Amino acid sequence: MSFFRRRIIFYLITAWAAVTINFLIPRLMPGDPVTALIARNQGRIDSDAEQSLRVLFGLDSNQSFLEQYIDYWGLLFRGDLGLSFTFFPTPVSDIVWQSLPWTVGLVGIATVIAFVLGTLVGTAIGWRRGTWADGLLPISTFFSAVPYFWLGLIAITVFAVQLGWFPSNGSYDRSLLPSFDLEFLGSVLYYGFLPALTVVLASIAGWILGMRNMMVTVSSEDYVTVAQAKGLPERKVMFGYAARNAILPQISSFALSLGFIVGGTLIMEMVFSYQGIGYVLYQAVNTHDYPLMQGVFLVITLSVLVANILADFVYAALDPRTRQEG
Amino acid sequence: MSASTTSGTGRHADAAVREPVLEIKNLSVDYGFGQDPTHVLRQVSLTLNRGEVLGLAGESGCGKSTLAYAATRLLPPPGLITGGEVVLTDRSGERRDILTMSDAQLRASRWQDVAIVFQGAMNSLNPVFRIGRQIADAIAAHTPGIRKKQALDRAAELLDMVGISPDRLSAFPHQLSGGMRQRVMIAMALALEPQVLIMDEPTTALDVVMQRQIVEQIAELRERLGFSVVFITHDVSLLIEIADRIAIMYAGEIVEDAAAQDVYRRPRHPYSRGLLRSFPPLRGPRRELTGIAGSPPDLRLLPTGCTFTPRCGFSTPECSRIHPELGPTAFAGAEPDRRVACILHGDVGTLPPELAER
Amino acid sequence: MTADVTVLQDDPDDAPDESVDETAATKAGHRFLFLRNTKAMIGFGILVFFGILAVIGPFIAPYDPSAVSRDILQPPSAAHWLGTTHTGQDVLSQIIIGTRGVLVVGLIAGLGATVVGVLVGVTAGYLGGVGDEVLSGLSNIFLVIPQLPLIIIIAGQVPSAGGVTVALVIAATGWAWGARVLRAQTLSLRRRDFVEAARASGESTPRIIVAEILPNLTAIIAAGFVGTVIFAVLSQVTLAFIGVTPVSDWNWGTVLFWAQNQLALQRGAWWWFVPAGLCIALLGMGLTLINFGIDEFINPRLRSTGLHARSLRKRRIRPRIGFTPVVRTAETTPVHRPPAEEQPAEPRPAEQNAIEEIRR
Repeated sequence: MSFFRRRIIFYLITAWAAVTINFLIPRLMPGDPVTALIARNQGRIDSDAEQSLRVLFGLDSNQSFLEQYIDYWGLLFRGDLGLSFTFFPTPVSDIVWQSLPWTVGLVGIATVIAFVLGTLVGTAIGWRRGTWADGLLPISTFFSAVPYFWLGLIAITVFAVQLGWFPSNGSYDRSLLPSFDLEFLGSVLYYGFLPALTVVLASIAGWILGMRNMMVTVSSEDYVTVAQAKGLPERKVMFGYAARNAILPQISSFALSLGFIVGGTLIMEMVFSYQGIGYVLYQAVNTHDYPLMQGVFLVITLSVLVANILADFVYAALDPRTRQEG
Repeated sequence: MSASTTSGTGRHADAAVREPVLEIKNLSVDYGFGQDPTHVLRQVSLTLNRGEVLGLAGESGCGKSTLAYAATRLLPPPGLITGGEVVLTDRSGERRDILTMSDAQLRASRWQDVAIVFQGAMNSLNPVFRIGRQIADAIAAHTPGIRKKQALDRAAELLDMVGISPDRLSAFPHQLSGGMRQRVMIAMALALEPQVLIMDEPTTALDVVMQRQIVEQIAELRERLGFSVVFITHDVSLLIEIADRIAIMYAGEIVEDAAAQDVYRRPRHPYSRGLLRSFPPLRGPRRELTGIAGSPPDLRLLPTGCTFTPRCGFSTPECSRIHPELGPTAFAGAEPDRRVACILHGDVGTLPPELAER
Repeated sequence: MTADVTVLQDDPDDAPDESVDETAATKAGHRFLFLRNTKAMIGFGILVFFGILAVIGPFIAPYDPSAVSRDILQPPSAAHWLGTTHTGQDVLSQIIIGTRGVLVVGLIAGLGATVVGVLVGVTAGYLGGVGDEVLSGLSNIFLVIPQLPLIIIIAGQVPSAGGVTVALVIAATGWAWGARVLRAQTLSLRRRDFVEAARASGESTPRIIVAEILPNLTAIIAAGFVGTVIFAVLSQVTLAFIGVTPVSDWNWGTVLFWAQNQLALQRGAWWWFVPAGLCIALLGMGLTLINFGIDEFINPRLRSTGLHARSLRKRRIRPRIGFTPVVRTAETTPVHRPPAEEQPAEPRPAEQNAIEEIRR
């Protein structure tokens, strides 16, 4: 189980690094904006909450660095991320927990769809080199050079403003009460369609190019030729032998680029005013809500880590060599 | 020890029942799709008879593997077959040209008629499937309606046949040693009892002991199942042990084609002679290893006339003018089954005594 | 670790080959070489165009980008080629002036990230052992942590996040990918003969790295640099778009920020946000094309195959694994008669020889 042990150690270190970066950033910044904010809200913050903020942003100059660090971890383990200034006096953790499911739903599902579709298209293009399918490559190259959010703007202009097929912002019809009935779910799907489509369009190109290159590489492996020599049906050779092996590095790079993709797709939430964690980050940045910014970053990083771990499980399930003992 | 004991591997393909199973005629292959491809095979003709072990030998880069892959249409891009025929005679006596088959026909014929054991057993097996599944899917592809269980049972039998315990069916390739993987490949190749088994340097990556075991196993299985073998190797001394007939290739052409013992004792082509002298004989008296001067030619810049001229110790001025054809030896009457591509065996010059041993 | 795929062996991409060959298919001879250059040349052309714009922008911009006028929200016209904003500012001038900001930040960030990437990657690859574990672990951590949110929160907390600050923040977080690629390549270089020889002859480690290893990494470093510039341009534009950086510094992202904030989309003012996005995409494409050129330089396999979809199709060759194409041409029909017993001595009719036997 050496594979898993190595991965677990890596994720623990990465989680530690993310928390530490989060701890260090406000302490390394010149000036301290939070003191001013606390002062402005004097009397509206209870002393416990003020203490959390002091620990989070290192305002207690009489404490040593190490003491601050230990206190910081203590707060995190209690799930205390301080108070949001924008949504005063709501705790940051509450806001994050409310918005996270929306992001996981939108960005998560759209990213998985883009990965699956892109991988399938890349498989086909990589397998049939030198046919019309290669014509898709320049288009993919163009799409990979376009910023995500601009594609969102274009999508809104065309489908929401000009054609009026979809709403241009929001995540469900505000006249409905959130519940698990069909009407509400339908509304969520309707509102989520355009942002999801844009995320898929923006990120699919990378998967197509990556999988196509891996298919080209794997196709020259001996076992693919052996499969052809055995007279297996074309589909079996293409999926069972070539794609089945080409997808392994594709999953590794999925795990590696998750951070990059999630960053890009969060911007999409800002464009569509979709109530996920990316939109919360947008609001936090625009209103200089530092506790909220910090909390959102931490949660995003930890979510990406969890997604990475899932990708690792999938990888291990697909590659018997990782399950090797020793 | 005399050389006659080496024929113990079952040479029953005597001249009387010579019946071709695979005939390669004037096969030409280019490498490169561009304007200026390399002609890696030029008009190669070769016949494999039923039940025969045909050895294909030559230095690396001479085109021996290319010949095997082109004949089965497995040559990867940018290989391109530019002419010739590969006629396969199946058990019912029907003759078909592999090069004109449709994809579907070719797929149906593959592994049933011709199976291949590749050079690197390391990379021949799909690393993510269990070996049982890999053997079974070959069986299933050619046996409509077979159940998974039956195919796996057959796979177990096959593993047993090559001396691997059937419980290894559920092993992944990385859990097997190199020799075991090569045996698995052999078992897989015999799954449909093909008429022709092509083996491309099947033992090169293995140690000497393993090499010997595998070679003996192939000989024994052939005895039992009666398939024909094309055995490709650069190791001529190994070929002399197991082959009935040997074809020597040089720079994309066959230069000599004769019974194994004849090639061994009385090489007729200067290159064959040189090649034999590059390896220590496995049996028989020791002799000096001389090798061949120079190195294989660049196929893009072949000399005119005989391509071996620059390295040949017997060359005459005519050799660099006239391109020799594969034809009868100088002793055509006494050696009807030998062919050699050297003008010294024709009307030009005199045949040096080294190439005229009787 | 799963993630350790050798990046360079991945057959980067020969797509442009197959797409750009429309003009080249008609030309004979050295078109391969010519094509390579075309691709990189187009990329360079785009880059030079924006470079010139960045330098002379302030002199050729028709208006002051911040100057308001009475032409409010006008579509493109002779006076305002790309129309005007909600306060009557000239969009074309904003884009021209904004080019400099985009390029400067992109180049500074690219340079910074490349320096860090080379230091970390080459050191890790050369040292091996614990040093390698630590350094490549570090770059993996930076790869996994989402960079854009990190950049956003850092830039959001710096009191005045001007161009250079943003560039440095991007450089500080965006070096990991380059480091990873360089480490893999250094690792393989380290075992090559010439490096072993230098080590055996007692050269000092810094000297070996500078004189033997770095020259062999030039192309990869260049590719990494171009890649980081693309990332930096996108990040910076994104930061400006969400309003993290001062909205009065003109760059393409700022244009989009105002367009989004002043409901350009709802008002149908496409001229306000389409050109800026196209400029980003064009610059990105140009840089990507340069990288394709470098890829082909690094990976000889991309050069030698000569797979040109169109010319192959014309000759009915379909290159694929497991089914070697058979194309009989007139030249390859037998020129001399083979031995009688081998050949059913009837030569094939000429037209039959010409039939190309490719099955679909």
